[in-house]
Amino acid sequence: MGYPFPSHAGETPVLSKYFGDKDAISLAGFRKRGGYDGLQKALSMTPAEIVDVVKASGLRGRGGAGFPTGIKWSFMKPGDGKPHYLCCNADESEPGTFKDREIMRWTPHALVEGCAIGAYAIGAETAYIYIRGEFTEPLVRMRDAVREAYDAGILGKNAMGTGKRIDIVIHKGAGAYICGEETAMMNSIEGRRGNPRIKPPFPAVSGVFAQPTTINNVETLAAVPHIIVRGAEWYKGLCLSSPKSTGSKLFSVCGNIAKPGNYEVTLGFSFKDFLYDLCGGPLPGRTFKAVIPGGISVPIQTMEEAEATKMDYEGFVEQGSMLGSGGVIVFDDQQNMVKQIARAARFFAHESCAQCTQCREGTAWTTKIMERIRDGEGTHEDLDTLFSIADNMTGKTICVLSDSCAVPVVSGINKFRSEFEALIKKPTFHPVTAAVA
Amino acid sequence: MATTAEPTTALAQPKMVNLTIEGRPVSVPEGMSILEAGKRAGILIPHYCYHPGLSIAGNCRMCLVEVEKAPKLAPSCATAVAEGQVVHIYTEKALEARKGVLEMLLINHPLDCPICDKSGECELQDFTYQEGPAESRLRDPKRFNPVEDFGGDVLYTTSRCILCTRCVRFMDELAQDTVLNVSERGDRALIGKFEGKELTHAWAGNVIDLCPVGALLSKDSLNKARSWELDHAPSICPGCSQGCNISIDTRDNTVVRLRPRPNENVNKYFMCDVGRLDYRWINRQDRVEVPLMRRGEAHVAADWDIAIPATAALLDGKRVFVAASPNLSNEALYLLSRLIRANGGAGAFTVAVGPEAPLPGVDDLALRAERAANGNGADLLGFRRAASPVEGMAAGDVLIVAEADASQISPEQLALASAIIVIGTTLPETLRMASIVLPIANYAEEEGTFTNLRGRVQRFFQAKAAPGMARPSWWVAGDILAALGKGDAYYLASEVFSAMAADVPAFAGMSYDALGMRGLVVSGGAQ
Amino acid sequence: MTAVTHEHDAPYQPVFVGERRKELDALFPLYPTKMACILPALWMVQEDRGWVSDDAMAEVAQVLELTPAYVKGVVTFYTMYNTHPVGKYLVQVCTTTPCNICGAEDVVRALLDHTNCSDLGVTSADGLFTVIEVECLGACGFATPVMINEEVIESVTAARVPELVAGLK
Repeated sequence: MGYPFPSHAGETPVLSKYFGDKDAISLAGFRKRGGYDGLQKALSMTPAEIVDVVKASGLRGRGGAGFPTGIKWSFMKPGDGKPHYLCCNADESEPGTFKDREIMRWTPHALVEGCAIGAYAIGAETAYIYIRGEFTEPLVRMRDAVREAYDAGILGKNAMGTGKRIDIVIHKGAGAYICGEETAMMNSIEGRRGNPRIKPPFPAVSGVFAQPTTINNVETLAAVPHIIVRGAEWYKGLCLSSPKSTGSKLFSVCGNIAKPGNYEVTLGFSFKDFLYDLCGGPLPGRTFKAVIPGGISVPIQTMEEAEATKMDYEGFVEQGSMLGSGGVIVFDDQQNMVKQIARAARFFAHESCAQCTQCREGTAWTTKIMERIRDGEGTHEDLDTLFSIADNMTGKTICVLSDSCAVPVVSGINKFRSEFEALIKKPTFHPVTAAVA
Repeated sequence: MATTAEPTTALAQPKMVNLTIEGRPVSVPEGMSILEAGKRAGILIPHYCYHPGLSIAGNCRMCLVEVEKAPKLAPSCATAVAEGQVVHIYTEKALEARKGVLEMLLINHPLDCPICDKSGECELQDFTYQEGPAESRLRDPKRFNPVEDFGGDVLYTTSRCILCTRCVRFMDELAQDTVLNVSERGDRALIGKFEGKELTHAWAGNVIDLCPVGALLSKDSLNKARSWELDHAPSICPGCSQGCNISIDTRDNTVVRLRPRPNENVNKYFMCDVGRLDYRWINRQDRVEVPLMRRGEAHVAADWDIAIPATAALLDGKRVFVAASPNLSNEALYLLSRLIRANGGAGAFTVAVGPEAPLPGVDDLALRAERAANGNGADLLGFRRAASPVEGMAAGDVLIVAEADASQISPEQLALASAIIVIGTTLPETLRMASIVLPIANYAEEEGTFTNLRGRVQRFFQAKAAPGMARPSWWVAGDILAALGKGDAYYLASEVFSAMAADVPAFAGMSYDALGMRGLVVSGGAQ
Repeated sequence: MTAVTHEHDAPYQPVFVGERRKELDALFPLYPTKMACILPALWMVQEDRGWVSDDAMAEVAQVLELTPAYVKGVVTFYTMYNTHPVGKYLVQVCTTTPCNICGAEDVVRALLDHTNCSDLGVTSADGLFTVIEVECLGACGFATPVMINEEVIESVTAARVPELVAGLK
């Protein structure tokens, strides 16, 4: 089932099957639909067996980086005598992305089940689900689901009667995009400012509370029970293009489009069909101008690029962008790209944690210049400066927030330069005007 | 050799890693950062947030270097050395990256160097001159934040701050008194504190030295001098028995500030605020500037050629009692002990005490209860710790008050002495009846050594000129001995020290050369 | 003389007493450190008081064995903690790119007009409303989402604002 629009025949609803189905929210309703069969089965397997199945399925992280989940889990060394932790990244803060929100609203138990399997597979007895503070409704749903699961003996000291301990703790964020970065999230759970950490050490060695930790996205973990029940081969078979991209994937669609919402397709699906067929194409009387396909941190695509894209990890890269978190932002001909890129830069300036020089200063500086160009006070020299700042902000900081700010600016100027130039009336900078400003 | 070497640890030799930095091969212990390895290779990689005494923050991104076969530039403070690694510091890529950081650090910096105390010793200036951009491309108004009084001795000039967080880490990790934080985020971020909670920790002043730019300034030395007008002399803080290594900074023969000088074995990079701010007495003007001899009711000035033989004449054949100060150098105390040995007699000293104030994050570093630099040295040289500096004086002894606290000597005690000789920087009111007053230099005006509470003997150097005819304390004591025919005159502090090393077993094998700038521990270690 | 009582003149009443204290104590076993309870504790403060005052930060510091400065550093990192009092209804409008291109700025203008708030962040004279712009509420497909206290209202347009505000008055 699609949400908020009815499911389209082109979709492959695995995770989104019960979106909009109020009966699937409760434990009883979820169980009726096959819920917790995956956990039951997983608890009868060894952790290593689970890791192998997930490895074989080809499941890759759905949060943005696309790292193979089974390999990530295999970094955890069971029996090392240390407490292990699973952190579920439900901070979903990437603008354009709202898929995890719907998983938690409609199928909270699917996430509880996924977390429980993940925790068991990596030898963790505690899983923290970090949910952004703005997600008030998903927070209520998840808290209710966890409570139900404890009451039913699914979680706790004797999970599903197997004698294994699995605890899940819901941790509420408080308004910080960067806490979606895994090391920042660990700091936030520890009660610190959400500053990303330098790596190494990697989380599997020293993560939350300095213990071995794995961080997985909501959608990734929610996919795991299906893989356990239906097998790695089935999941691997969900593939329309690159064999390195398997399974179904939720794409959140927003912006100037007829039917915004969440759509689940098999990886490798045609982006053109997706936009024009599944999502209903542009609003009446308008045409598409550009797409940011994977959340605001990935490069902007022209429609030419977008329409040639196969929707998987490799396909988006081939067409000048990235799959990212699967948050598709569509811009139509009514939008001024300069204004929107300036707005994107402002977002990053607002969210920079302030640690790294290039990010703290660069995001704010980029915003000042972008807004000046937007307001007709820009110069051609500013475009060169923006490129240069973007270069300084790329690949040089602790995390990639700074890189992410540079991405829409660079891809925006490269692909929509005429819109910038149309706003630039002054050929060069005149120092006196700045002093007055 | 009887001298105890550096305390040896039972640790196995660390594994060594070989790498090349800017074409120079270096071999350093496993786990060392590229930045530290660079220092071993003789290259200082520019950096701000890194400080060897603090945890790694990796936030300024100034220390980016190029490591062959690595996909990205590496922060050298947070990247460990690896076998066979080839590091380039001055490639175009690395230079451009650091130039970019400097430009970013400077866009909102007020560039008010002409009125900034840090100017001349500012790392932002230094690295900008070295490899920064010649001009800024900022075409928009700069950010401005007001100056804030952080309490204690510290003023925060917010607009100059580069958010390196050294101060926050120092207070959190080493002082373990988290009164500073990073507040807000993005370019609104600044160093914050909580209303009513000030930088009053006994070690808080170190944040001023740790600040690589002019953001944290000392209120005490605010606007007193431009840094290039200052002369710096290595010294030892006389404030307590810890023996923190310091630099005495003077301007026109006046001490304007004291700052810590690194010594891994004693104080790392730090000194406490009590020691830091207690320097005004060094500049005091009410000094004895010429030898004085009593004529009737008054003292008259005398040349040293007169005063020394006269002192010897008073002492000849008499038992002597030396009321010593535990802030006299080993050299002075040694020669005074020789005088006691030659004539018979004894010596004593008192030590002021105060509350101990540790720097909890550093092992064995505190403002010690014993508020004197050389109590341990006085012990080793045979002076007795006593409630009064004249305790044990016999009736008829000639009393030498050698910079001892005169307020602790009662008139009745003074009356026991057959004669009183003052060897001091000043003449206290209660010692006006002294037969002879011999003016000496204070510790900042002479060279010498102190022995700290762990038995570490450390050198201090002359920072300013002594007033008038005042002479180093060891010189005066040596001349008295020579005049008595009980020893040779000494011309250098080092000669006195060598004589002591040959004579006193605790100091055996030591010399100024052997002490170097880090000092050595006396034979038998701490008392 | 008229006695005017300002909030900051009244002695601070601690949050973590009675049930709240028990609620906080129940969280401690869920984490290996007390410090980890800072976000939940601050949420409790904000639920009870509407904002996090300096006094409240000092209290949180005391119950979690931290320093007030540390707590303040954390509070000011997370934008959802209000460091000033806000109106009865805190109206948070997402204006980030996906909502921006769907007319979020018009929604903000309409909200300011109908709540009689003079500017963003300024509480209306009747004490009812504070309108602020926020970055991404994570409901981009339902532009423009407006969060009023704990409730997210989806697909708000400028045209819907009068009805929305009237329903709160």
